[in-house]
Amino acid sequence: MAQHSVDTHDSHGEHEHHESHGSLKSYVIGFVMSLVLTAIPLIVVMNDLLEGKAATVLLLASAVLQFVVQLFYFMHLKEEGKPRYNLMVLLLGLIIVLTIVAGSIWIMTYNKVA
Amino acid sequence: MAQSGNHIIAKPSQEHDHGHGKEGHHDLESLRMMGFWIFLITDCILFGTLFATYVVLNGNTAGGPTPAELFEMPGVIAETFILLTSSFTSGLAVLSMNRGDRKGLIRWLLVTVLLGASFIALEVTEFMTLVHEGASISTSAQWSAFYVLVGTHGLHVTIGLVWMIAIMIQLKQHGINSVTRRKVNIISLYWHFLDVIWIFVFTIVYMMGVM
Repeated sequence: MAQHSVDTHDSHGEHEHHESHGSLKSYVIGFVMSLVLTAIPLIVVMNDLLEGKAATVLLLASAVLQFVVQLFYFMHLKEEGKPRYNLMVLLLGLIIVLTIVAGSIWIMTYNKVA
Repeated sequence: MAQSGNHIIAKPSQEHDHGHGKEGHHDLESLRMMGFWIFLITDCILFGTLFATYVVLNGNTAGGPTPAELFEMPGVIAETFILLTSSFTSGLAVLSMNRGDRKGLIRWLLVTVLLGASFIALEVTEFMTLVHEGASISTSAQWSAFYVLVGTHGLHVTIGLVWMIAIMIQLKQHGINSVTRRKVNIISLYWHFLDVIWIFVFTIVYMMGVM
């Protein structure tokens, strides 16, 4: 009984944590970061500060960073409960997406008949 | 008999009410949230496929207009910042909800809906301008892929708007309870997700299109 009581108490604590997820601070940080991550590539590319490969890398890097910011600061992926099923589902999805996108680009780049 | 009676009395006692009931409820709720994550991932795969199609068909303009000629960046930049801000305000709505502030919750949801609606208005205006300038969905593979990708995102945003308005009505009627709480959490997750997808549309379609 005592054991049981401790158990439920623990999970209640986790529940509280889950309930209160996201503070104003974390949302503001996320928002500011996403604004900056949108502004940097815009300024760089629109003013032609970078070109070609470097610009592409910068653009993709800031988009991916933006994705990570949204996941952690807005979608609270980090505050998920113990068995991190949402994270696992997300990783599986990303593997499938990367396979589709990278695979399509690769196969269509090298399929030209010489 | 006495035992079962005892049990019934014991149930609403602090400990059980506090722990057991809520824990089971919590499990079901997190299962429902995970169900929604699975939906988001399938959506992610849908958009991944559309992005792959866009990238592969990019440049196949069949002698028609190219994106670099037609894209007008000011409108697109405005759309991007509007959607970013709406993602933030939907987060503020969730914060209001966690404080138990129904008025604040509905107000922030309303701000989010208005921002989302102005995003859609800008996008529809952009599409109409593009069609006017000779780039419709049947012009070339380039533009077919463009309208399917960007249009699917726009459709998602539109569905989100209708959904959010429906939740606002429910909040007006029933207030904040465990059901409406879950719905607000889920719509805000959905909205953040659409923002993420738009960032990739913005980067891959527009920024790389005009580079």
